[in-house]
Amino acid sequence: MTDMPISTAPKRSLFAADARTVRRNRAERRFRAYGMAAVGVGILALIVLLVSILGNGLSSFRQTYVSFPIELTAERVDPDGNRDPGEMARVTTFGYLPLLAAAFEAHLDAEGIETDMGVRELAAMLSEEAPAQIRGMVLANPDLVGQTIDAQILMGGRIDGFFKGRVTMESAERDSNVTPAQLELAQILADRGAVETRFNWDFITAPDASGSRPEAAGLGVAIIGSFYMMLVVLVLALPIGVAASIYLEEFAPKNRLTDLIEVNISNLAAVPSIVFGILGLAVFINFMEFNQSSPLVGGLVLTLMTLPTIIIATRASLRAVPPSIRQAALGLGASKTQSIFHHVLPLAAPGILTGTIIGLAQALGETAPLLLIGMVAFVREYPDLMSVHSNSFPLMGDGATALPVQVYSWTQRSDPAFVERASGAIIVLLVFLLCMNLIAILLRRRFERRW
Amino acid sequence: MLWILITLLALGALGFVLGRQRAVASAGGDTRVLHSLPVYYGTNVTLLTLVPALLVLGVWLMAQPIVIDRMVSAQLPDSYVAEAASRDLLMTEIRRLADGIDTAVERGAFNGLDALNLSVGDDIRRQLADAGVALGADVSPEVLQAAQSFREMSGAGRTWMTVAVFALALAGLAYAYLRTTKDLRARNRVEHMILGVLMLASTLAILTTVGIVLSMLWDTRNFFQLYPWQDFFFGLEWRPSFEGNSELGLIPLLWGTLYISLIALLVAVPIGLFAAIFMAEYATRRVRSVAKPLIEVLAGIPTIVYGLFALITVGPMLRDYFAAPLGLGNSSSSVMTAGIVMGIMLIPFVSSLSDDIINAVPQSLRDGSYGLGATQSETVKQVVLPAALPGIVGAVLLAASRAIGETMIVVLGAGAAARLDLNPFEAMTTVTVKIVGQLTGDTDFSSPEALVAFALGLTLFVITLGLNIFALYIVRKYREQYE
Repeated sequence: MTDMPISTAPKRSLFAADARTVRRNRAERRFRAYGMAAVGVGILALIVLLVSILGNGLSSFRQTYVSFPIELTAERVDPDGNRDPGEMARVTTFGYLPLLAAAFEAHLDAEGIETDMGVRELAAMLSEEAPAQIRGMVLANPDLVGQTIDAQILMGGRIDGFFKGRVTMESAERDSNVTPAQLELAQILADRGAVETRFNWDFITAPDASGSRPEAAGLGVAIIGSFYMMLVVLVLALPIGVAASIYLEEFAPKNRLTDLIEVNISNLAAVPSIVFGILGLAVFINFMEFNQSSPLVGGLVLTLMTLPTIIIATRASLRAVPPSIRQAALGLGASKTQSIFHHVLPLAAPGILTGTIIGLAQALGETAPLLLIGMVAFVREYPDLMSVHSNSFPLMGDGATALPVQVYSWTQRSDPAFVERASGAIIVLLVFLLCMNLIAILLRRRFERRW
Repeated sequence: MLWILITLLALGALGFVLGRQRAVASAGGDTRVLHSLPVYYGTNVTLLTLVPALLVLGVWLMAQPIVIDRMVSAQLPDSYVAEAASRDLLMTEIRRLADGIDTAVERGAFNGLDALNLSVGDDIRRQLADAGVALGADVSPEVLQAAQSFREMSGAGRTWMTVAVFALALAGLAYAYLRTTKDLRARNRVEHMILGVLMLASTLAILTTVGIVLSMLWDTRNFFQLYPWQDFFFGLEWRPSFEGNSELGLIPLLWGTLYISLIALLVAVPIGLFAAIFMAEYATRRVRSVAKPLIEVLAGIPTIVYGLFALITVGPMLRDYFAAPLGLGNSSSSVMTAGIVMGIMLIPFVSSLSDDIINAVPQSLRDGSYGLGATQSETVKQVVLPAALPGIVGAVLLAASRAIGETMIVVLGAGAAARLDLNPFEAMTTVTVKIVGQLTGDTDFSSPEALVAFALGLTLFVITLGLNIFALYIVRKYREQYE
């Protein structure tokens, strides 16, 4: 061993870490784990959210029907006997109810199913909407009168819930709307194949139904209302947004006014959406006296909300077009306007489109401002593109509702079956949003250019 | 209405063809002699035909109902107005009757002449009901007379509007057509007009802001005339009642709003910040390319979805597993429910903003720190975060403004009871919930119970605007430091 100066420093090995290093490394790993955990929590939240919505809502796409023959006796549905739909329309749905109940009872007798329930209780197993459906069928096709049709009849919300597992024998005992006996009968019918739970197109196409018949409630009116509003937003927000962006990005001199506009736009993007609802209520409904809850007013409010998003996206994509393009155009003798409209704008178009679709997706999911302009009203009629009044704008007359607002109105109803419906509506909404975002992503992938 | 637009567009198209032809003809068919491309001559005529006519049409459509309302309202005898509930209600009735008669005429229930000769004795309500128009009450002679003059003026107004619009369009067409020669600087003219339109579009943003502020200021002023402002800003009770004597204090609503926002930030800021640090400093490219979009999906989900999530999943869960066993309450809508769900909503907001800001910290700072022997986490904690702090504060402030203005989550998750309480498992309410509550359904816009919503809206607007401006100021100032 050679002589070495005795070191005062503690003995260290490169292979065994000292306590401090161990501590620091542990802190390092811990910190990293926190980061991973945070990302994990975020993704977990997304999964829980989606699972919860899907779990609650998927069943609304399936609906329970019972099929039995119904004899449409002429004296019941066509007392005048002339097969004129106008005359037959005088028989209201209350006139069809006994017909339906009697047919149901007769079917049970014919099948040899014994029950000690009265006609009233039996009829309560069917949806309250069922007579209206039969009536609609008869009025659409008067030749059916006198025939015996084999119809699929919508079952009541609770019976439907029973087949989806939402209603059980125990819960039925506490429920005034359904009895265990009815559930047992439904089970017997199901065992014989008369009851079927199948895909429910009506959920997507039918209009809303009143609070006591969740089984018949559909999204048709809401989807059309949302579609009209998106149309208004697209027609107004895209041209105005693009025009404003072109001015601000390409023409505007640097002065106080344009500064003000820019600050304004970035602030408008962050104004709470409900404030736009208040604006819509005060300006469009109270001041200009447009009809409450018309798709036009909804579209206008959403347009004002979406504009900042579109302007910000458009300006970003205009800025991304390199100045050399403009200079080349100017060099060849184009005017400034020509250089922008012929060269810059087409090159920026994919970005503008992507921004617009994202803005539209935002507007599609927006609820709060629409509540304030009266969209919560119960609407059963499909909105008409042209309203009755000749002196008004298209889309101004009839009331409408929108998808997210429909979700809100369903959550406000007492029947628990509407929770299922609301979640189902959310699924439809999310599918629309997913499609729009996919289109936006594909557009970007396909056309985006990097200079 | 629609046919006016269609005819105008047709005129515009006609103008295009005519203008182009005339220009080409004046050049003797040799387009090289023209000052501008032939298209510009056509466009020039089209624009001069359409733009003034459309502007007048728009202004007229907006002004006419207001003017006619004033005139009809002035015609009503004061004594009659005094008997009725209010002038506004009376005017609504008159408009409805006038509309009803128009509709009935259109559906062919009676012809135009009969409609003019209607009198009270004819039982108008029943006649209109037969035509499918429902009226709220029987028609009084004063209302009928007013409605008839309303119809008359609307009809006249519509006729004059059509005349004015078409006269203007034709005049524009003729003027532009006659001015078209080969030496007309058509391109410059068209470009000037286009520039004007672009400028107009960009001022819409300002108009929107002005509209927001004015509409809310106006109704807030009306509110403060009915209800003392001291009681609004400093009142500790929120108890609206429709018989009057409402107590409309802001404090409990503001407390609920701030409490929920605080919980939301307590959830969102740590998770969002750590996620951002992980993505910016630790994650490999592949992890980043999967995790970042997944988290950002959370930002694209509409708030009604979060609201429903709070209502059917988070609320009952918190009640059954935390609030009820701890004896803290048994309400499924609570501050905690709304706060946690809102926090989830804000995670991507905080994380993507912070991610950008952390990425903007120059690499040289990190390298310097590593060179001195710091570990990665020490570098983050002692170098990167302090450098990024102002930006992160800005991000948090923006998130806070989002939380304060959020509506659907609190409407569905927080409850409707206004109270000053510390228990986070108790239902509380917020400013936005009450705006929705006071303005949905049938509202009478002359009562303080409805007008208070505008004062609440203005308060909300001022708070969020202040937060936004402050946050943007901080973020912008910080960005300049490293650029």
